[in-house]
Amino acid sequence: MTDDDRTPRDAPYWADHTTELRVTDVADGGDPTPVEGRRIAGPLKGFGKMWQKTYRVRLEGADVTPEEVIDTWKERYEDFWPETATFFAPLAGVQPGEVALISDRQPGGLTLSTGVFVLYADERSFSFMTPEGHPFAGMITFSSHEDDDGITVAQIKALIRAQNPLVELTMAIYTHRKEDQVWFHVLNALAENFGVEGEPHKDVVCVDDKRQWEYFGNIRYDGVLHALLRPFRRP
Amino acid sequence: MSDENGIKLAVRERDPGVAIIDVEGDVTPAAETPLTETFEELQGATSVIFNFEGLDYMNSGGIGLLVTLLVRAQRRQQQLAAYGLSDHYRQIFELTQLDDAIQVAEDEAEAIAATKEA
Repeated sequence: MTDDDRTPRDAPYWADHTTELRVTDVADGGDPTPVEGRRIAGPLKGFGKMWQKTYRVRLEGADVTPEEVIDTWKERYEDFWPETATFFAPLAGVQPGEVALISDRQPGGLTLSTGVFVLYADERSFSFMTPEGHPFAGMITFSSHEDDDGITVAQIKALIRAQNPLVELTMAIYTHRKEDQVWFHVLNALAENFGVEGEPHKDVVCVDDKRQWEYFGNIRYDGVLHALLRPFRRP
Repeated sequence: MSDENGIKLAVRERDPGVAIIDVEGDVTPAAETPLTETFEELQGATSVIFNFEGLDYMNSGGIGLLVTLLVRAQRRQQQLAAYGLSDHYRQIFELTQLDDAIQVAEDEAEAIAATKEA
């Protein structure tokens, strides 16, 4: 028997290979247009500096296992988001290969419509990758584990670059702060769901301080730019 | 060789400046310390080749770990290649676009040749 004859232990947790995203069944209200047919844009395909941002909260006092945290998180992902954004979950749930849609209110009354691709999901973690047009080119992993004290921890690890120069320009003055607010809100809401008051922490590492000018052209898919131009397009 | 956290790593020097890391076991976030330490020891190598014949399990956190290692290698201008990937892991490399940053070869000889050509 060769390696390829065996079914790898991790095979059920990974999405099948895909080149273009297809939006099938998601919760009512999401706009699939900015995601349909787009390609995945992982952390190697973005323009800006690469950041690894880790957010975590200890669920001290909560009688909950890491598996229960992830089960709840996957099942009710949208419930933990801030009110300024809406997550339209796939009807099949957060399962490998599914696409979810996102609607996010921006300053100036604009609405950014984008989505995420569910790359991976197991009992203790799940990961999203972003499509072209999302502000970030990246991978975000949600996980839970027990720390050395036996306390269950919920964690979000984002490995991201600004997808295009416009987003990169806003990173220092707005986008980093906005992202922090979203993930702190999510972790606080998750902790509250399990009946405890969390104190989320953040660690940030700049993995690559170079900008990748070969991805300057990603700007043509920019979600905010498309939202700005939408009124001027022919029906 | 390290056998911490579900992963065993062994480093060989095949040609001058060409380091091969034999990976055996699981590539998950638990492997961060041994993988990072091993990688840091190879700062002087011009080429780093991963032998994934012994790869048994990988999750998305493991892919994220590999991405950060590969970016660090690119900053050092090291050539990177991988071989020994099963079809399953080749597809994951394609899906996550890791294959854009690391040359995927059939075997060790091809991997060494690929890093020399680059």
